[in-house]
Amino acid sequence: MSRVLYAEWTKLRTEPAALWLVPCFVVVTVLMSLFAVASASCGQGGCGIDPAVLSLAGVQLGQALVVLPAVLTIGGEHSTGLLRTTLTATPRRIVVLAAKAVLTGGLALVAGTAAVLGCVAVGRAVLPGNGIAALSLTDGPMLRATAGSVLYLVLIGLLALGVAAVIRDAAASAGAVLALLYAVPLIAAVINDPELQRTLRRFAPMTAGLAVQATTDLQRQPIGPWAGLAVLAAWSAAALLCGGLAFRLRDP
Amino acid sequence: MSDFGRLVRAEWTKFRTVRGWVLGTVAAALVTVLLGLFVASNSISSCSNGTVDIECPALPLGPDGQPVRDKFFFVHRTLAGDGAITVRVTSMQGVITYPPPDHDKIVPGLVEWSKAGVIAKVGTAEGSRYVALMVTAEHGVRMQHDFVHDTAGRPGAVSAGTPRWLRLTRAGDRVTGEESADGAAWTEVGTATLAGPVELGLFVTSPSDLTVNNGAGGGSVQARLATATATFDNVTATGTPPGDDWRRDDVGAELNPDGTLHHPGGVEQAGGVLTVSGNGDIAPLAGESGPGVQLVLIGLVVGLIVVIVVAAVNGSGELRRGLIGVTLLASPRRGRVVAAKAVVLGAVAFVTGTAAAALVIPLAWAVLTDNGFRQPGLPLPTLVRVAVGTGLLVAGTALLALGLGLLLRRGLAAVGLAVAVVVLPYLMAVIGGLPPAAAEWLLRLTPAAAFAIQQVVPEYAHVLAGYTPASGYYPLPAWAGLAVLAGYAALALGLATARLRRSDV
Repeated sequence: MSRVLYAEWTKLRTEPAALWLVPCFVVVTVLMSLFAVASASCGQGGCGIDPAVLSLAGVQLGQALVVLPAVLTIGGEHSTGLLRTTLTATPRRIVVLAAKAVLTGGLALVAGTAAVLGCVAVGRAVLPGNGIAALSLTDGPMLRATAGSVLYLVLIGLLALGVAAVIRDAAASAGAVLALLYAVPLIAAVINDPELQRTLRRFAPMTAGLAVQATTDLQRQPIGPWAGLAVLAAWSAAALLCGGLAFRLRDP
Repeated sequence: MSDFGRLVRAEWTKFRTVRGWVLGTVAAALVTVLLGLFVASNSISSCSNGTVDIECPALPLGPDGQPVRDKFFFVHRTLAGDGAITVRVTSMQGVITYPPPDHDKIVPGLVEWSKAGVIAKVGTAEGSRYVALMVTAEHGVRMQHDFVHDTAGRPGAVSAGTPRWLRLTRAGDRVTGEESADGAAWTEVGTATLAGPVELGLFVTSPSDLTVNNGAGGGSVQARLATATATFDNVTATGTPPGDDWRRDDVGAELNPDGTLHHPGGVEQAGGVLTVSGNGDIAPLAGESGPGVQLVLIGLVVGLIVVIVVAAVNGSGELRRGLIGVTLLASPRRGRVVAAKAVVLGAVAFVTGTAAAALVIPLAWAVLTDNGFRQPGLPLPTLVRVAVGTGLLVAGTALLALGLGLLLRRGLAAVGLAVAVVVLPYLMAVIGGLPPAAAEWLLRLTPAAAFAIQQVVPEYAHVLAGYTPASGYYPLPAWAGLAVLAGYAALALGLATARLRRSDV
């Protein structure tokens, strides 16, 4: 397994796209958060802003840049035919997929930690100036939101990897994952049937997973913080399962 | 057939023979229509009177068919032909119920657009035509007619020391508004036309006190009842039948379940001094006024992602697979090849977007109407404008993705970048819970500015409302938004051409 991992790591670090996507992800995520916190202001009556959600707003945008390297690890090999070489060297396909999952998850974990800590720092630096109290990492809910956001990014990476293993074409996989992530919350936001809205938010990967960022008004969230992350984990597991089956059963 | 025509034909052949691209294009249109219908069928309008659920009342419509708010206290006589009304306004005061910070007191105060003055109106039905000359709390003297037209007069607030004289004169169909500080020297504010018998008299109204929070959650709007009271004297009316009494009407007031008026206005008369109070507004409905184009076109977001995938792969695939070598052998001039690709993809995307919008808007609107919404459908010219705008939005997005695909030579990178600059800023702005100021900047600077084609109701300077992207108001006009997108697409295609020229394939 360690040799397979090493091979996957070599492929990943020599992939030019991965080299610029990862720093790009960190920068975009932090910039988006900066943009969000810098433009927030509260009237004298208060405005019910959740400082954690606002500080971590960059994750909503940044996750797209986690999806791309994740789908690339499979889609890229498919389009160039490298996958045949990979599978000649390691015929056990599940091991290959597992190695890819470990690397994708690890990359998302490292880059995600950097980006999320950046977002928190930006929030703490800017929000008090706008009259909104920022939370410190030592507060339980804020720690949950921060660690949860990193886990969220890891799970999104794994979800994208699973989908890419099914669809194979990198561009089409990216389109499918992004549509899955963004379309459901969009639809939930515009319909006004509260029951259906809540149900959609509870089961959609993005809205359920991001519930972990909430630190205020928890009872108004469609789902509890950890339960929401569990829903996303179920999506990722299901995607990896389907991906694993497809990867095993089909020839590249 | 010309050279370029042949190139376009070759590109069209490439496009239509790749099953995935054709299916993708059809899927993009389909998903736009189906999601619009899904959202519409799951949007239910409910209204209640007290605790009783009732069918939602029809919205009053203005002369141009737009929904309006038309509620004010009216003291009036009938004017059949020529005539005039002159008044002096000596004071304007009001109360606001439970404003911030603590929302626990009724305080004296006026909302900036509270209005008191003289009005000539075709009957007392809500939404009928009118011409009015008024003093406002903070915007001086204004002449307004038919809800959407507003002309500024002398600035400054009214008080016992600085009263305002107002006069509306009708000669033929022409109504002239004049104001004066002393009743001797008159200044014309504006003119408008109003034919037929009208009700002529005094009115007072005040919109609700709004707080627009520039906070997370897309910004929220809180409204509180505000009432204005104005004192009129030196009231003279000419042209009205002699002996006609001043009649009183609470135009547009709703009834409580027990039959009494909800938030009534009133008038007190002492000698020649009339003290009139009222609440409501005479203005087009603005801000969060129910579901709109943005709602029924929501599926466009997913449709655009599909179009982006097709266009980006169309650009990158040819380079990746080496077909470009053959293409350039047949037509060595790089710029023309890119142009031919752009023509084919742009046309396909335009037709797809236009057809999807033209289909989903009336269909989804019918579903909404069925579900109890009373918003009038789009007039045909507006529908055509929005449909064509949607086509241009989809075409521009496709060209941007094509340019990125040709430039980056990797479908994935092009898809990621195109989604990140077109779709995500829109999502963040409309549902991302961003503060409205941040959302507006996203919709100015990114290609998502082109979503401004969805705005069909203008922003009115004389109506306070939550004009946020989340409620369908965009910072740029439609043409400017499309120009932003076109600029980005042209940049991507230009860079792609430059790279094709410089580097060997």
